Amino acid sequence: MADLPILSIVTFLPLVGALITFLIWEDSEVARRNVRFVALFTTVVTFLVSLGIWYNFDNSQSGFQMVEKVAWIREGDISYHMGVDGISMLFVILTTFLMPFCILASWDSVQNRVREYMIAFLLLETLMIGVFCALDIVLFYVFFEAGLIPMFLIIGVWGGARRVYASMKFFLYTLLGSVLMLLAIMAMYWQAGTTDIPTLMAYKFPAEMQTWLWVAFFASFAVKMPMWPVHTWLPDAHVEAPTAGSVILAGILLKMGGYGFLRFSLPMFPLASAEMQTFVFVLSVIAIVYTSLVALMQEDIKKLIAYSSVAHMGYVTMGIFAANTQGIQGGIFQMLAHGLVSGALFLCVGVVYDRMHTREIAAYGGLVNNMPKYAVAFLIFTMANVGLPGTAGFVGEFLTLLGAFRANTWVALVATLGVILSAAYALWLYRRVVFGTLDKEALKSILDLNTREKWILYPLIVLVIFFGVYPSPVFDVTQASVDALITNYQAAVDGAVQAASK
Amino acid sequence: MGMEIPNLWLAGPELWLAGGAMVLLMIGVFTGESSTRIVTGLSVALLALAAIAIFWFPQTGEAFHGAFIMDPFARVMKILVLIGAGVAIAMSVGFARRENFARFEYPVLIILATLGMLIMVSANDMITLYLGLEMQSLSLYVIAAINRDSLRSTEAGLKYFVLGALSSGMLLYGSSLVYGFTGHTGFEGIAASMSGGVSLGLLFGIVFVLAGLAFKISAVPFHMWTPDVYEGAPTPVTAFFAAAPKVAAMAMLIRVVYGAFEPATLEWQQIITFIAIASMGLGAFAAIGQTNIKRLMAYSSIGHMGFALVGLAAGSQAGVSGVVLYMIIYMAMTLGTFACILAMRRADGMVENISDLSGLSRTNPIMALMLTVLMFSLAGIPPLAGFWAKYFVFLAAIQSGLYVLSVIGVIASVIGAYYYLRIVKIMWFDEPEEGFVPMASELRIVLGLSGLFTLLYVLVAGPMSDIATAAARTFF
Repeated sequence: MADLPILSIVTFLPLVGALITFLIWEDSEVARRNVRFVALFTTVVTFLVSLGIWYNFDNSQSGFQMVEKVAWIREGDISYHMGVDGISMLFVILTTFLMPFCILASWDSVQNRVREYMIAFLLLETLMIGVFCALDIVLFYVFFEAGLIPMFLIIGVWGGARRVYASMKFFLYTLLGSVLMLLAIMAMYWQAGTTDIPTLMAYKFPAEMQTWLWVAFFASFAVKMPMWPVHTWLPDAHVEAPTAGSVILAGILLKMGGYGFLRFSLPMFPLASAEMQTFVFVLSVIAIVYTSLVALMQEDIKKLIAYSSVAHMGYVTMGIFAANTQGIQGGIFQMLAHGLVSGALFLCVGVVYDRMHTREIAAYGGLVNNMPKYAVAFLIFTMANVGLPGTAGFVGEFLTLLGAFRANTWVALVATLGVILSAAYALWLYRRVVFGTLDKEALKSILDLNTREKWILYPLIVLVIFFGVYPSPVFDVTQASVDALITNYQAAVDGAVQAASK
Repeated sequence: MGMEIPNLWLAGPELWLAGGAMVLLMIGVFTGESSTRIVTGLSVALLALAAIAIFWFPQTGEAFHGAFIMDPFARVMKILVLIGAGVAIAMSVGFARRENFARFEYPVLIILATLGMLIMVSANDMITLYLGLEMQSLSLYVIAAINRDSLRSTEAGLKYFVLGALSSGMLLYGSSLVYGFTGHTGFEGIAASMSGGVSLGLLFGIVFVLAGLAFKISAVPFHMWTPDVYEGAPTPVTAFFAAAPKVAAMAMLIRVVYGAFEPATLEWQQIITFIAIASMGLGAFAAIGQTNIKRLMAYSSIGHMGFALVGLAAGSQAGVSGVVLYMIIYMAMTLGTFACILAMRRADGMVENISDLSGLSRTNPIMALMLTVLMFSLAGIPPLAGFWAKYFVFLAAIQSGLYVLSVIGVIASVIGAYYYLRIVKIMWFDEPEEGFVPMASELRIVLGLSGLFTLLYVLVAGPMSDIATAAARTFF
């Protein structure tokens, strides 16, 4: 078992599924059903195999595990190097876990070009897993950027009315952020003589260079995250993307930014991270408060959830750059929880969108009368989004606030405002959509969840509550790696302080 | 002299092409228009054999008293030029049959132009350089205007000729200045007498030579002819213009700056940096407004030459290696894209507006898929080939500390990505129009090979980089 390249298998299994789907050439009702089943089967198998990663994972180790390394391009010293540690492993699982739900969510709602749709999603899965497994920085970049291609097509082909604008904006915005990171990667290669991530993590970059590199990486991850004020692509992309596309965007693509901060910014440029801490705090707090206020005023359900995502990501950046155990553990947990919760919320929106074909809040009201099961599910996810204790949303938010409090009391104080605001917009949304009297003609005949939708939403409910009550499985995995990260970070920062005081 | 005979072997491929072109011309002249098919087929075979010979029998050395040089760099670039020319001829077959374009002179002229390019690649002396360049250019002028009855084609030919003659004049003037101030025409001699320092007159000479060469790779500010010629010339001719001559001219530029002007690296670096920035910027911005796909490809090629020059501006082995790799990948992408453009044919004739690609993903999914891959690759999105081309030139630029150039370059690549995305958008997001007639089989083969190379480049990335590095080591 140990010799099996399990990470490569998990990464490229969806690609195999995509190739099989590609070979189903005809376009009949039967063929479309086959395509859906092949995609579902592939994602489920990928998830099951990926559980093997968790099973084989040694929680006590802080380094990279299940490492695979093959020389790739001699010029530039690039290798195919894969491995996971406590920080990245759960993101792989999150990705493989969410994919079957995405396929299921698109079962009936996508009737147009099903084959291409499934290929795009399977391709995207390969690239997303690759991002979290890559241990060569160029390989990381390749996976990171290549994901834009399928996502561009998903938004553009199967999206809503303003899909062209949204897909272009998504693509160019994220590309612009990333190319600067690419130049920084090159500069790191010439400085350290390698593109190998573990080696780079141990390498000490000169303090002045760190700042520039940090800024370049920040440009990419802040856009991806997205942080205020470069978040404007997200509401457009979310609103126009099909349901499953929104789930992937909110659930996984946004996490790449946070993962990038943890994998590159903090361990490789500790001095710059410490120096920029206040800057990131300010942006995070603005994101938390400002985008929550913006979310209050939205007319479109998806747009509201999109803005709430930006606010929640504010907690993540705040926690990560607090650079203490609570902050970072909380940031990771918040990302995983938000992956489940926001994904689930978008799936909830998808349920009513499939029936009514509108996302306007005003078009709904009183759904609880006809859709009691849906109302319960939506309520639980709304509460998790608000951060109610007992749901997964609470743990991350609380820990990031705790971490921020240790680093800077004022930041924590202002950020706590966001908790109140999030309750305001989320509960208000819920009231307008679900409660009230069912007096709209179009809604009179609306049906409750069908079996497929139950299969999508119920497992997510279980997990959201399970991790809210018992978050240890996550912390057990991340503990060792996070501790090592903080130890190295502190050593670097203290070392710089001592050197300065001499 | 006994020494002369082995030396001729170095120029074997050139002699083979020269002889072959004359034989084919005779066949054409004596059997008339009906011989076009045979002449076309034999031309491709002629070029293929030359490429195979260069590949199989690697030789190094100098001939004709140092005026002609054969080294690993020349070997790679010559094979590339021959492939580009051969594919361009092959792609014209279907077009010739349908568009009443069947002229046996066309493949013969391409062979003569290719001969000129091979000489350019091997030039080690200003005189050889000029000889090869003019041989190539004169053939290209005629090829641009080969569709005599078309106003646009003749206009393109004339425009190309007038501007091309001007640039040749500048090049010639530059070489005469260089000769005057160094007393040499051979590259080694020029480099040797330059090592003491660069006088003002010599600097003028360098500038003029580089200006003349920049014209040939259609770099800004000597690019004006490109969009008109690309648009006006018959499409197979454009496909030819976009690939092989660019490779040859870039090879010649590398050889001149590293062979002859090596001691003046700091001086020409500034010029190349400026040209690179201007080309990348213009290529990115000017292409946005285009509606004709051939014109768009013209601006795209201007931009790509700018990116390739970033590697040259680095002035290092990594830089030259990056340029070589860039040209390999650029040629593969360009030929594939032109295979698609040549396949844009409706029942009532060729179309060349970008909007004609509307909804191609429904009417012709395979062609749309391949063209999508090529567009993303031209935009430089990983893991496609175009990304690696850009990666290695910028890697070299960063090594040389050209940060400003690199930042401008990558921003230009993002702006440029917009118009490639627009083509993808038109193919995938827009409603389908009437489909194209089925692709000719030679176009399918070219598109298939180019698309697969671009898509699966990651699998051959290692060996391709090794080839480029080996070629670049020639100069260091």
